[in-house]
Amino acid sequence: MERIIVIDMDLDALKQKLLTMASHAETAVNEALRALLERDYELALRVKENDRVIDQLEVEIDDLAIHLLARAPLASDLRLVTVAMKISQNLERVGDEATKIAKRARDLSQEPPVKVVIDLPRMAKLALDLLKGALDAFVNRDPIAARAVIPRDKEVDGLNKQVTEQLAQHMMENPDTIKRCLNLITISRSLERIADHATNVAEEVVYLYEAQDIRHTGKTGKAGL
Amino acid sequence: MNLTMTPEETKAVPGAPAEKSPPAPQRFENKPAPAPATPASRPVAALAVKNLSVFFGKHQVLKNVSINIEARAVTAIIGPSGCGKSTFLRSLNRMHELVATARMEGDIRLFDQDIYGKDVEPVIVRRRVGMVFQKSNPFPTMTIGENVTVGLRLNGVRNRAVLAEQTEKSLRMAALWDEVKDRLNAPAVSLSGGQQQRLCIARALAVQPEVLLMDEPASALDPLATSKIEDLIRELRKDYTIVIVTHNMQQAARASDHTAFFYLGELVEFGPTSQIFTNPKQKRTEDYVTGRFG
Repeated sequence: MERIIVIDMDLDALKQKLLTMASHAETAVNEALRALLERDYELALRVKENDRVIDQLEVEIDDLAIHLLARAPLASDLRLVTVAMKISQNLERVGDEATKIAKRARDLSQEPPVKVVIDLPRMAKLALDLLKGALDAFVNRDPIAARAVIPRDKEVDGLNKQVTEQLAQHMMENPDTIKRCLNLITISRSLERIADHATNVAEEVVYLYEAQDIRHTGKTGKAGL
Repeated sequence: MNLTMTPEETKAVPGAPAEKSPPAPQRFENKPAPAPATPASRPVAALAVKNLSVFFGKHQVLKNVSINIEARAVTAIIGPSGCGKSTFLRSLNRMHELVATARMEGDIRLFDQDIYGKDVEPVIVRRRVGMVFQKSNPFPTMTIGENVTVGLRLNGVRNRAVLAEQTEKSLRMAALWDEVKDRLNAPAVSLSGGQQQRLCIARALAVQPEVLLMDEPASALDPLATSKIEDLIRELRKDYTIVIVTHNMQQAARASDHTAFFYLGELVEFGPTSQIFTNPKQKRTEDYVTGRFG
């Protein structure tokens, strides 16, 4: 009986750390975007600084997961440990993308705004929604909600393409904005990557709760459909 | 050599080692075993168990168990103590008849032959379905070599060349030959625990069974000796049908192709080992393999 209590405690600790990391990653993306939209130089610097916390949590989660694996967990316990490692890796990359956005926001805040109408705010909201949706599905043990996240990644891809084309056009017409436009293209690309990581997390959540590996299958519907 | 079947019968029994046979003692049917009804493309059932119930006095230990044990594969039986694992294993070679109060209902067919048929000798069943126990039990007064051949000698084989050949073959199959070939005349009890267990496996193999039952064969061994037994199990599955009872979930995960979970005398779940240990369908299986009960 003692063994069970110990492994349960460690599995709980693993979940707690993952949730902490998820909340840091979500905050990082939110703040990076706020720094961009509000042209807040200080905030952009803070996002970059806080990324170290996310990196450290990734190391701690891997360490705990390895300890748990050494005790040879099985069935849903085994799935939780392997999924936690993969989700934390995706969250670490989300943190990196937030840092990239913050760096570009920092540079952009020091220059006049580019006068171009692009839908970065909508794209940012969508990417954040996907990330939040995937993480909520993990917390709420809801594989159906996780499945719902996956197809929406295409919308972000479409917006990224559209924004990139608009900015390319703007650069051709206004060569003096090239540097700033390139920063915006990088930000758009980072948002697209964040949505990709959110999708990966959603796929892992489906595996965790349904034991169905839906990666690279194009399937997001209920198992068997 | 083969004591349990004629060459014609060997052809008809997929799980049997193809060997030349001396005059065979009686087996439980005189006619050759019919080919299993299973199509070649599907796994052959070495043991087909249907509605098996076992009682000890008034106590029902197994409840209506039906399961097909695939030939030339390893099937692990898991479950908490008292769930009927060992009883199930013992019913596969009629060991319960040694217990006066035991009674069974249902049907067990070994390559489509009823092992509880009226004219079937339990001794012959036990020869075709060999058993290795939890605690290695070599005969203490015999040498290593004598332990391997005891089954053959009890069956009247006297030819020394045949005995020597079978000794080497069985010890090689049990992955023990290299360690004992220079001391076959040493007492069996001079071997380490792991070696003694492999000697018992060699002894079981010497009479050329078709099925090998193992009741917690590695539970008394250290990790290295355990790993040798597990390697051996993987190797033997090429020629034998193996059913192993184990309390060690990782052992079942490592060594078996199929896993059956028993609980309170019932077969709760049976499926590919990888599925049972990553995605069991039944909550009771999930709770057991994750250590939540049992």
